[in-house]
Amino acid sequence: MAWSLFNLLIFPGFLFLFVFGLAMEFVDRKLYARLQNRIGPPWFQPFADFVKLAAKEDIIPEEADSVMFRLMPAFALASVVTAFFYIPLWSTQSLFSFNGDLIVVIYLLTIPTLTFFLAGWHSTSLFSMIGATRTLTQLFAYEVPLFMAILAPALLAGTWSLSEMTVFYDQHPAYAAFNIIGLIVSLIALQGKLERVPFDIPEAETEIVGGTFTEYSGRFLAMFRIAIDIEAVVGASLIAAVFLPFGLGLGAAWGFVFYLVKVLAVIALLALLRTVLARLRIEQMVIFCWRIVAPAALFQLLINLILSGVLRP
Amino acid sequence: MANFKIPIGPQHPALKEPESFTITLNGETIIEMDMRLGYNHRGIEKACEERSYIQAMYLVERVCGICSHSHSTCFIQAVEEIAGLAIPARAQYIRTIIAELERIHSHLLWLGVAGHEIGFDTLLMYSWRDREVVMDTLAALTGNRVNYGINTIGGVRRDISKEHLAGLLKTMDILEERTKYYIEVASEEITLIQRLSGVGFISHEDTVMLGAVGPTARASGVDRDIRRDDPYLAYKDIEFQVITDTHNDVYGRTLVRVGELMQCYSMIRQLVAKIPEGPVTVKAPRKIPAGEAFSRYEAPRGEDVHYVKANGTDKAERVKIRAPTLANLQSVARMMENNRLADVPIIIAAIDPCFSCTDRMIRINDTAGRRKETISWQALRTHSLEWYRKQGVDFKDLNAKMRQRMKA
Amino acid sequence: MIKPGKMLREVLTSFFQKPATVLYPYVKVLMPDRFRGKIRFLATLCIGCKLCMRDCPTNCITITKVGDKRFQAEFDLDQCIYCAQCVDSCPKKALESTADYELAQLQRNKLKMIYHAEPPPPQAAAPIE
Ligand code: SF4
Ligand code: SF4
Repeated sequence: MAWSLFNLLIFPGFLFLFVFGLAMEFVDRKLYARLQNRIGPPWFQPFADFVKLAAKEDIIPEEADSVMFRLMPAFALASVVTAFFYIPLWSTQSLFSFNGDLIVVIYLLTIPTLTFFLAGWHSTSLFSMIGATRTLTQLFAYEVPLFMAILAPALLAGTWSLSEMTVFYDQHPAYAAFNIIGLIVSLIALQGKLERVPFDIPEAETEIVGGTFTEYSGRFLAMFRIAIDIEAVVGASLIAAVFLPFGLGLGAAWGFVFYLVKVLAVIALLALLRTVLARLRIEQMVIFCWRIVAPAALFQLLINLILSGVLRP
Repeated sequence: MANFKIPIGPQHPALKEPESFTITLNGETIIEMDMRLGYNHRGIEKACEERSYIQAMYLVERVCGICSHSHSTCFIQAVEEIAGLAIPARAQYIRTIIAELERIHSHLLWLGVAGHEIGFDTLLMYSWRDREVVMDTLAALTGNRVNYGINTIGGVRRDISKEHLAGLLKTMDILEERTKYYIEVASEEITLIQRLSGVGFISHEDTVMLGAVGPTARASGVDRDIRRDDPYLAYKDIEFQVITDTHNDVYGRTLVRVGELMQCYSMIRQLVAKIPEGPVTVKAPRKIPAGEAFSRYEAPRGEDVHYVKANGTDKAERVKIRAPTLANLQSVARMMENNRLADVPIIIAAIDPCFSCTDRMIRINDTAGRRKETISWQALRTHSLEWYRKQGVDFKDLNAKMRQRMKA
Repeated sequence: MIKPGKMLREVLTSFFQKPATVLYPYVKVLMPDRFRGKIRFLATLCIGCKLCMRDCPTNCITITKVGDKRFQAEFDLDQCIYCAQCVDSCPKKALESTADYELAQLQRNKLKMIYHAEPPPPQAAAPIE
């Protein structure tokens, strides 16, 4: 009991995620700055930002639905932290697992986006409502490709459990090479999920001020921010677990190093993506997702269906 | 979805200065836009009447933070015309060099802002980094990065040394290389092209009719540039092309601006090669004889117009400034139609607006103390049309007539 | 060729370059020679013609006579626009621009800058030159 509590709250639970999330935010910001030939923030900047926000006054608009307004940040945070427990990190075994946890993780990762929508909608400000509708529109565009891209490796492995999947790929690492399209698709979808350039349409500050989070301030905004940071880590871990299942059988220490490298690589790729592209318009984003990303994911699914037929008759 | 209105401004992250745009939306599509100006009225014209010419010059320089040299030169040209001063050739060349450097810095700034408005911050960071080179050059030549203060009545305040001229040529090489790169980016990066082309479309006819100026007009194929059409300073001595484009959209405006950058470099090279020796000022009188003058200047944003009326004292009787943004703002409303909400910032930014330069005020005092009344906009329009008709000028169906003219 | 990520190479090379950021308060930025910064007043040269006061666009300079041929200057640094017109106007070169640009203050009264006149010459009767 005490051990589970430790797991939940400290390691690899909430506290670890908190620190890891902030560290990855730093990596992302620093990289972004260096790629733009700037110096970038010092290492404690994300933490300082968090403390500053948390210390500020929370302003809740009079018109807003105060209960929803307060609840949404907590929901977002809780769902991303929960998702983390089902992902195998540095061994083939996740903290909790059952057959079908893959689906649960994907759903848990959808919840933050929904909370952004609800939070924006219940802020009742024009800008946040436009942001909220954009969030939802965008969700429909990237969620399906993401789903397909992540299910494809599961099909090949013949299981719905993330842990069993990693066991499978650990035994046949060569199979992971077939999932390369899925990897690219899910990287793009993750960028959309994190609402960052080129998919930062719901928050586009030059267009709709701060979008969904226009009315948020203080602790609630801090909570959202940390939820997004953790979502980035969880998303990267999920991609690492599904598409890059290497070095898992080498024991905890090596496994952890490999895990860090993998997450860093994903974060770096996402930072690079947001450096070299301009923000798309919402309809361009939807078209891009349905015309290019979704067919690519479908293609991946097809490959894996045929492969699993060939390899495991 | 029903139509709804969203306010962009007076305070909005996309606008660097306060101005209010109310946008009627249907979903994400813009139905129409309403503009309210005047949040930045500073009373500069009036203040100019209470200062001596030399003091007013510094004030006029501060009409705009970016085209400061444009305004001060335009004003000074008018004053010098009234006073009948012919300024030395070297002074004219120096003014022209600063003017073109200012255009470079303004267009690079615009490129960055445009990048930022479409969420492409990398472009912003790079182009602003490169802009620092021009800013430093300007500081070295004139003594300040922004308000150069190089003009004085009768010439320029500082000469440019040989070393400075040599340094200038080096700067041009660096900048030219960078600009070539940006042209490449603008013509190859797909997300950039996707966000810019087809956005903020305005037809050639509408551009002419709404009286747009500068790069905004030139991007719709309006071949108009004061530097060539009504040469001032040293522009008649050098060769350059007026860049036009027929994309009619934001992408075209980008191409015109980067194209103009390339022209600037060649112009500065020519100026440096041709600059004559000699004095840089002539003695100017403190009191300017009575008279009036109207001066035109091609600022980075378009044609800038100053009108000065002198009454024989050392203070101007009336100063009127028409900044280019005022001429361009009209066309923004047309550009907005049928675009997306996401494109609002870039469409506004594409005219390179400078709102505080634009805000002027007219107040009519009825000194006879007659009855006061409030008239609606429409009534005022009818009234003024009627008034002009009585004077023998028929403004009715002006737009239709303009169109006919243009066809002919 | 139209493609995404045109700036990719530029971006990656700048990762290995020195950042363009200037660490300003820690690393001083030097201004060019001609920079128009804070104005310095050389009391010994001033003849009290007040041409500078007449031409100053912001009326931020005040020359007062404090004794026989002795003048003090008072600047309102918060009003001065550092145009250096006063430097140009002064017939005796009693004013000059410096490269000092770090003029921010937390208290307003510190922005009032007074250049006191030279102390009176020891022998009151001694002719100055
Ligand atoms: S620099 Fe300009 S504003 Fe300042 S005191 Fe001299 S003339 Fe006045
Ligand atoms: S112009 Fe020069 S000499 Fe005359 S009062 Fe001013 S500082 Fe003194």
